[in-house]
Amino acid sequence: MTPRARRRLVRVVKRIALYAAALAFTLFAVFPFYWMFLTAFKQNRDLYVGGTVLSHIPWIFNAPPTMEHVELLFRQTLYLVWVKNTVLIGAAVVVITLLLAVPAGYALARLAGRWGERLGIGVFLTYLVPPTLLFIPFSRVITWLGLQNSQWALIVVYPTFTVPFCTWLMMGFFRSIPRDIEEQAMIDGYSRAAVVRKIVLPLGISGILTATIFAFTLVLQDFVYALTFISAVPKMTVSLGIPVALVRGDVFYWGSLMAACLITSIPIAVVYNLFIDRFIQGLTAGAVKG
Amino acid sequence: MALPSRVSPGAAALAVSFRRRTLADREDWLARLMLAPALLYVAALVGVPFVLALALAFSGARAGSLDFAWVGWHNFLTIIPDPQFQRAVWNTLRFTLVSQVLVIVLAVSAAYVLSAAFAGRRIVRFLLLLPWAAPVALAAIAWTWIFDSTFSVINWTFLVMGVTRRWLYWFGDPALATIAIITVHVWRMFPFATVITLAGMSSIPQEINEAAVVDGAGFWRRLFQVNLPLLLPIITVAVLFGVVFTSTDLSVVYLLTRGGPYNSTHVLASLAFQRGIFGGDLGQGAAVALFLLPVLVVVAVLMLRTARRAEVGT
Repeated sequence: MTPRARRRLVRVVKRIALYAAALAFTLFAVFPFYWMFLTAFKQNRDLYVGGTVLSHIPWIFNAPPTMEHVELLFRQTLYLVWVKNTVLIGAAVVVITLLLAVPAGYALARLAGRWGERLGIGVFLTYLVPPTLLFIPFSRVITWLGLQNSQWALIVVYPTFTVPFCTWLMMGFFRSIPRDIEEQAMIDGYSRAAVVRKIVLPLGISGILTATIFAFTLVLQDFVYALTFISAVPKMTVSLGIPVALVRGDVFYWGSLMAACLITSIPIAVVYNLFIDRFIQGLTAGAVKG
Repeated sequence: MALPSRVSPGAAALAVSFRRRTLADREDWLARLMLAPALLYVAALVGVPFVLALALAFSGARAGSLDFAWVGWHNFLTIIPDPQFQRAVWNTLRFTLVSQVLVIVLAVSAAYVLSAAFAGRRIVRFLLLLPWAAPVALAAIAWTWIFDSTFSVINWTFLVMGVTRRWLYWFGDPALATIAIITVHVWRMFPFATVITLAGMSSIPQEINEAAVVDGAGFWRRLFQVNLPLLLPIITVAVLFGVVFTSTDLSVVYLLTRGGPYNSTHVLASLAFQRGIFGGDLGQGAAVALFLLPVLVVVAVLMLRTARRAEVGT
């Protein structure tokens, strides 16, 4: 083999290895979602075939797909009620979060000076205080407030992690707006408040949108608090209702259950994906020395 | 602000009274005003429960009533000799450590793959992120179905490929249940770590690697002596996140095994839930959960050090 042909061969082999590795990682990540999809649309006689029957391949549709599980989910379960609950709770939490986090983020980015930096890190660290450390004392606080089994409990508690996270996010965002623009406006006679209203907020719309999306997805991600505070099935959120209440007696309705998982997670995942770069940027800014 | 001394006091007063000063010009007060609501909310609803968590751990409090009886170290003396509790501490540690080691290996290799230019890279990145973006409880219930005792698709595949001959009861055997739980944690955390590592990689200047190639460094040498050291701070951030999310997670264990079989897979979070909420013994549950605190303190300290180092670097 000529050296040239060998180099080409090496290149082709490298290329194939690259695609194989990319494929392997993707399959590992995606396979549970594929399995949700198959389960959601398989007929029961195709779905409930024991895994020891080696001649029946579970990875494909062996019988025509069916909508029956999806119909069952929408018509005979409380899925849509949970979706409604989640949207309402999410909307309330987003409003509270933005009202608290946007001004705080701006103050940390612009006004607080040196200790703003430390405070910013401190705020981010409170986001890392996990629900599993706080759900027991919270259950007592919620009893004090008389909010057991009420969605208000979740609306009060969720901002404890959305506010720190979004404050930190907004701080990074406001820092990326050049200071000069604001100083220019103040020289022209604007007060700081007018600068915020007329210049910073219009420029910050995309940051606020990002904070909204993240606050909402954080609400959707929660399982611990919902499990602790809400026991009435019609009051549950999707993240709690689907895994806990889509069961009749001891029987899981896997078709409908997986349909619910798929329908809920895919839209969230798509939206989240569109915004994640902002989060990664904030997290990695300065963490690598070039 | 100090005015240059050449300007007469009268002129300065004129300049200031040009527009009436309002609260919005007093920046120190404005900063406090804008920060206060967020800080108060967080202090009230993270700080107070946090102190309450400490207090409850020394109390005989029960769910459903509001009385509060001081019992001293009683809860700790009850749980520390309890084999179930010791098992939970050990499980929390090993689930976290094993899964994070696997996450680092997978994330660095996946980031290497993704940093190469190839067709469909954006789609691969999108798909890789699905596990991190999907609500964890929904993913956990999907894995419960994947590991089902009768219909497990993994078992079917293993049987066909000849990996195993006997049927694997994933949630019926402590070792298999451990593998299942770690698999789910790795699956959930590695996409996030990959994307962070990738972001770090793209910020390493191309010339450094080119210079290493010119100096005759091979792939492995460049990996271990050039790229990984440069990536270390950012991988630390990813791992610290992973440690927090894995060690404090309740949903995966709760939905997959409920701590079974024979209470062999309980972690601190699930045991605290079991004792505190199901069992109604808030005091004991709080005491169990409190053992998560050392992990979090270590993570917080490391996070601050990484942040400071980065600050110095820029």
